[in-house]
Amino acid sequence: MLHRYLPMTEEDKQQMLQTIGVQSIDELFADIPESVRFQGEYNIKRAKSEPELMKELMALAAKNVDIKTHPSFLGAGVYDHYIPTIVDHVISRSEFYTAYTPYQPEISQGELQAIFEYQTMICELTGMDVANSSMYDGGTALAEAALLSAAHTKKKKVLLSSAVHPEYREVVKTYAKGSGLEVVEIPYENGVTNIRVLQEEMDEDVACVIVQYPNFFGQIEPLKDIEPIAHAHKGMFVVASNPLALGILTPPGQFGADIVVGDAQVFGIPTQFGGPHCGYFAVKSALMRKIPGRLVGQTTDEEGRRGFVLTLQAREQHIRRDKATSNICSNQALNALAASVAMTALGKRGVKEMATMNIQKAHYAKEAFVNAGFHVVFSGPFFNEFVVRLSKPVAEVNKKLLEKGIIGGYDLGRDYAELQHCMLIAVTELRTKEEIDMLVKELGDYHA
Amino acid sequence: MHKDQPLIFELSKPGRIGYSLPELDVPAIDVAQVIPNDYIRQEAADLPEVSELDIMRHYTALSKRNHGVDSGFYPLGSCTMKYNPKINENVARFAGFAHIHPLQPEETVQGALELMYDLQEHLKEITGMDAVTLQPAAGAHGEWTGLMMIRAYHEANGDYNRTKVIVPDTAHGTNPASATVAGFETVTVKSTEEGLVDLDDLRRVVGPDTAALMLTNPNTLGLFEENILEMAEIVHAAGGKLYYDGANLNAVLSKARPGDMGFDVVHLNLHKTFTGPHGGGGPGSGPVGVKAELIPFLPKPTVEKGENGYYFDYDRPQAIGRVKPFYGNFGINVRAYTYIRSMGPDGLKAVTEYAVLNANYMMRRLAEYYDLPYNRHCKHEFVLSGKRQKKLGVRTLDIAKRLLDFGYHPPTIYFPLIVEECMMIEPTETESKETLDAFVDAMIQIAKEAEETPEIVQEAPHTTVVKRLDETTAARKPILRYQK
Repeated sequence: MLHRYLPMTEEDKQQMLQTIGVQSIDELFADIPESVRFQGEYNIKRAKSEPELMKELMALAAKNVDIKTHPSFLGAGVYDHYIPTIVDHVISRSEFYTAYTPYQPEISQGELQAIFEYQTMICELTGMDVANSSMYDGGTALAEAALLSAAHTKKKKVLLSSAVHPEYREVVKTYAKGSGLEVVEIPYENGVTNIRVLQEEMDEDVACVIVQYPNFFGQIEPLKDIEPIAHAHKGMFVVASNPLALGILTPPGQFGADIVVGDAQVFGIPTQFGGPHCGYFAVKSALMRKIPGRLVGQTTDEEGRRGFVLTLQAREQHIRRDKATSNICSNQALNALAASVAMTALGKRGVKEMATMNIQKAHYAKEAFVNAGFHVVFSGPFFNEFVVRLSKPVAEVNKKLLEKGIIGGYDLGRDYAELQHCMLIAVTELRTKEEIDMLVKELGDYHA
Repeated sequence: MHKDQPLIFELSKPGRIGYSLPELDVPAIDVAQVIPNDYIRQEAADLPEVSELDIMRHYTALSKRNHGVDSGFYPLGSCTMKYNPKINENVARFAGFAHIHPLQPEETVQGALELMYDLQEHLKEITGMDAVTLQPAAGAHGEWTGLMMIRAYHEANGDYNRTKVIVPDTAHGTNPASATVAGFETVTVKSTEEGLVDLDDLRRVVGPDTAALMLTNPNTLGLFEENILEMAEIVHAAGGKLYYDGANLNAVLSKARPGDMGFDVVHLNLHKTFTGPHGGGGPGSGPVGVKAELIPFLPKPTVEKGENGYYFDYDRPQAIGRVKPFYGNFGINVRAYTYIRSMGPDGLKAVTEYAVLNANYMMRRLAEYYDLPYNRHCKHEFVLSGKRQKKLGVRTLDIAKRLLDFGYHPPTIYFPLIVEECMMIEPTETESKETLDAFVDAMIQIAKEAEETPEIVQEAPHTTVVKRLDETTAARKPILRYQK
C-alpha cells in the first residue's frame, strides 16, 4: 500500500524477498501457529487523509472548554501559568524530541547537558544536593519517596498528612500495597498538618513523615516545627513541594528535608488534561546512591574535554533487575527539558517575581472574598490557593460560573466530608484583577 | 575541532532577563506582611540570567549535539525508533487538548473523554483484550500496574500464596524490577538453544506459588515463541496468569493478538509502536489491557460511555486504586490516537509486514560478516554476536562507537544478556531500502576494519563532539550539578 510513512516500493520488496530467500512476506510469519494467527484486518476505523483527520480532530478538541479562552480558578496540583513562547520552540527541535534515552553519550551531549542543567536548577530551588533527571509526575515521585524511605530506614510505616493532595495520597497507598508498607494518615487542623497527632503517631517504626508545602489547601506547612518530630526516631522527612512557590518560600532543604519531590508542570508545561507533566525528585547527598531514576553526571573524555553521561546506573532496573528498588525506565525527559527552558527564561529574577505575583493576586482575591462577606475557611499563611465556603454544592455553583464563561475552583467535598460546599480557589499570575472581581461578583449569591 | 557549549549558568550575566510577565494590576503587598519571616527565602535560587536569544542559541547548540530519528537511522533494538509523524505534534497542541485542566467538570471535556474512550476501543481490538486503562505513564509503570491487578485478582480469590513471578532470561530489566516493586519474588526460566522459552524448565518452575509469567512475544531475540499456547496452558493449569510485555508489539500487528495467544494482561508502549515520540527518554504512555475477569481490578477512574455522554467511573470497589494522579499521559495518548487514525487497519498491517521484512533483509545481508546466533526468520528485530570480532580485539562496544562515525545510532548492545557480545538491531518499517543498505554497508566495512585496521574501530568515535567519556570516574566521584 502507499502511505506517507512507509517508503518501500514493490520493486524494493521483491529484491528484499529475494535476498532473504522467500517468495512472500507471509512466509516470514510462518512461525506464528495457525491457531493464534489473526486473520484479516482489525475492525477499527479506516484511515483518514492528513487534512481530513486534522479537521476531525480539530472539531473534537473544540468540544472541550479550554482554560486559555475561559478564565480558570482551578488549581489543586495543576496550574495555568505563563509559558514563555520559547519553550515550545526548543522542545519542538526534533533532535530532542525524536531521540531515545541518552545511552550513547557521544551523540547525546545536548540532551545530557540540558538535563544536567535541569538537575542543577531543581537543586537550587529545593535547597537539596542531588536531583534526578525526572519522574512521571509529582504523585508517583511522592510514592517513590515513600519506597525509598522504607528501603533506606528498613521500616514500614509512613505518616502521611491528609493535607497532601488527595490523588497523590491515593497513589502512595497503591504503591504501599505493593511493597507492604503501612500508611497512617495524619489529620489537619486549621488547614495544616495536626502536629499534636503527628507527635502521637510518631514512633520507632516510622520510615517517613510526608507533608506538602504549600499543601493541598494552599497553606504553608510549618516545616520548622515538623522537622524535629520527623527526625525524632531516625525516620526520613519527605516534602512534596510546588517548585514555583520555592521561588519565594524558604526551600525545604533548609528545614532539613531528606527528600523533596513535586511536579515541575508549573514551569512551561501545559495542563493537558493532567499529563504528561514532570515529576522531580531531590535528595540529600546521603541518599545519592539510592535515588530512583536516571542521573546525569559530568565527566571528561579521553582528551580531557568536559562531557556528560548517565551515571550511577548500578541503581537502575536494567542493571539491578529484581534487586532494584524502583522499576522506572522511561521518565519525562522532554518535559524536564521544557521545565528547564522555562526556568532559564524566568531566571533568577523571574521565578521570584512570578511567585511573588501569585501571592499578591491570591491575597487580593482572598481579601475581596472577605470584603464581600464570604467565610474563608483557613486563616494561616498561604501561597496561591485558599478555601471559601459557599451556601450551595460547588458543582452546582460551577455550572452557574460556566454560563458566565468562568471555570470555577475545586470541589473539596469530593475528598473531605467536612468540607462540603467548600471551593479551593487558585489565583495565578495570569488571572487579571478584572477576572478576580468578576468571580467574586458572580459568587455573590452563594455566601455561606 | 569541536567547540564546547558552555553551561547555561556560565552564560549568565546579572541584569539580563528572558521573560515577560504582565504588570501587577492589584495593590502590591509586601510578602513579609503575609508570610512569616522564617518562610521567606533569604537567598534567591541561583537560576541563569540570560536574554531570549541567548537561550535559543544555547539550546540550538545543544540540539546540534544530539541525534534523533529525524537526524538519522536509529536501529536501536526493542526501542522501535520509527518516524514520529508531525501531525501528531500539531494535534496534541490544539488548545482543546493542551490547555484543559484535569479537574474541569466532565461536561466541559467531552472531546477529551471521547478520544480516550475511542483510543481504548481501538487498543482493545488491536490487543484482543476486553478492557483497557490509559492511566500508566510508561511501559514499566504499566507492568507494575498489571502485576498489581494480578495480585488483587489472586487475593480476591483468597489465594494469598502466589508470591512468584516467572520471567525468561531474555526479559527486559523492567520485568523483574516491576515484579519486585509489586511485592513479588522473581523466578527466571531458561531459554533453549533455539532462543525460545524452555518448556521443561517452565514446567519445573511453575507451581501453586506462581502468580504470573511475564513474556515478551516475539521475545527480545526477535523470535516468536511458537509454543505460546502450550506455555499458556502450563501457567493457567497451575492457576497463574499470563502477562504480555508489549514492547515488541510492532512485530505482530494484525498477525497475532496477545488476547488470542492466551494472555490475561498486556501493556503497550504507545511511545514505541504508536509513535508518541521518545522525547530523549520520555514521556511515554503504557496503557494496560485485561481480560474480563480482571476488569474489576482496573485502576480507577475508568472512562465510560453513558446515555448522556462520557464520564469517569470512580465507583469501583475492587480497583487496585490509583496508579497516577489524573488519567495518564493524555498528551501522548492524543499522539498515539492520531497515529492509529492515520494508519487504519490496512496501514497497521503494512507496518508490521515491512518492519519484519526490513529486519530479515538486514539480518540476511549481515549474516556473512557477523555471527548469527539464531539462524531462522526473525520478527521485527534480530540479534548478532560480535564474537568473531572480539577474537580480533574489537569489542561490540567498539563497533557501536565506530557506527557513530557513519552518522548512525548504534543498535542496542550487550542485551539480551544470554548472547555474548550482543547487538540487537531493529530497523522499523519507516526506513527505506537505501537507508538499510547504507547501514549494512557501514557494518560490513567495520567488520573488514576489525580484520585489517582494528585500531580505527577500537579508537572510535573519531568525528563526534566528544570522544569516549570516562564513565568510571563519573560514577566514583559523581558531579551531578553545576557549582560556581
